[in-house]
Amino acid sequence: MKIAITSTGNTLESSIDLKFGRCSYFIIYDTESKSIEFIPNPNKDIEENAGQASVQLVVSRNAKKIISGEFGLKIKPLLDSQKIQMIVLKNPDKKIKDIIEMLNH
Amino acid sequence: MSAKIRILRRVLSPPLIKGFKPFGTESGKQNSIPVILLYEEYEALRLSDYDKCNHHQASVMMGVSRPTFTRIYASALQKIAVAFVEGRSISIEGGKVYFDSDWHHCTKCDCNFNNPEREKLIEKCPLCGSHQIKGFDLNEIEEGENKQFGDYCYCPHCGFEEEHQLGKPCGNKVCPKCKSFMKRTGSPHHRGRKKQAK
Repeated sequence: MKIAITSTGNTLESSIDLKFGRCSYFIIYDTESKSIEFIPNPNKDIEENAGQASVQLVVSRNAKKIISGEFGLKIKPLLDSQKIQMIVLKNPDKKIKDIIEMLNH
Repeated sequence: MSAKIRILRRVLSPPLIKGFKPFGTESGKQNSIPVILLYEEYEALRLSDYDKCNHHQASVMMGVSRPTFTRIYASALQKIAVAFVEGRSISIEGGKVYFDSDWHHCTKCDCNFNNPEREKLIEKCPLCGSHQIKGFDLNEIEEGENKQFGDYCYCPHCGFEEEHQLGKPCGNKVCPKCKSFMKRTGSPHHRGRKKQAK
């Protein structure tokens, strides 16, 4: 299963980005093959509907879960209809490698 | 001109049942199409008549304005009346809502998560895999909201404020300092004053 994580940078040492639509990088982690993919977010600086565009990006990669700090009001019904699970982590100090470690439980 | 966009209404949890059926020999004979009661209308009825909130409090809980809440509530009553009089069944479905009770909280890794597949029960945290999960704490939300309608009566002339008591209209009260009529914070008058101050 693929899981999307929002990140502030493109290394495992960078921390989680609390914004979903305008995060710096998306990390797609595959729990089966343990592969990690970094995608720079093209919607970072657009004025409107960054969230919807980001949802489409995540959907195109077949991610079933999204880990981020916050989701906007427009995003929630969109993700519900795609049956994607939202996980809200309010701790900005969490590093990407910590999260991946937690996912491997 | 396009139709006005409706904002999402917050509903605590979906109703226990999917609807009501009439009984008796005449039931369903005249008009068998069920009346569709929207989730938001069910919630308005529940907050207003079951929990006995006033419209102002209930509107804050549902995340809509007070006039919008009153419209939703009126529409709920209208639909139920139609179903009763015409002997039609009621089906509770649809509406532009989101549910609070879909959210869960994991105490081990301190994260919140939702359940997109409502039919399946969640047993463990999707992040750390622990079983220390619980339903999202509703008391926390309600405490936060109370501050929002932590109402004050205030005097528009001298700025005197005192705590508002539910059920006692501020418009009838007289300011103890300058003897003019009081207003309630959050009223259109008060909002206008805030804008001017900015």
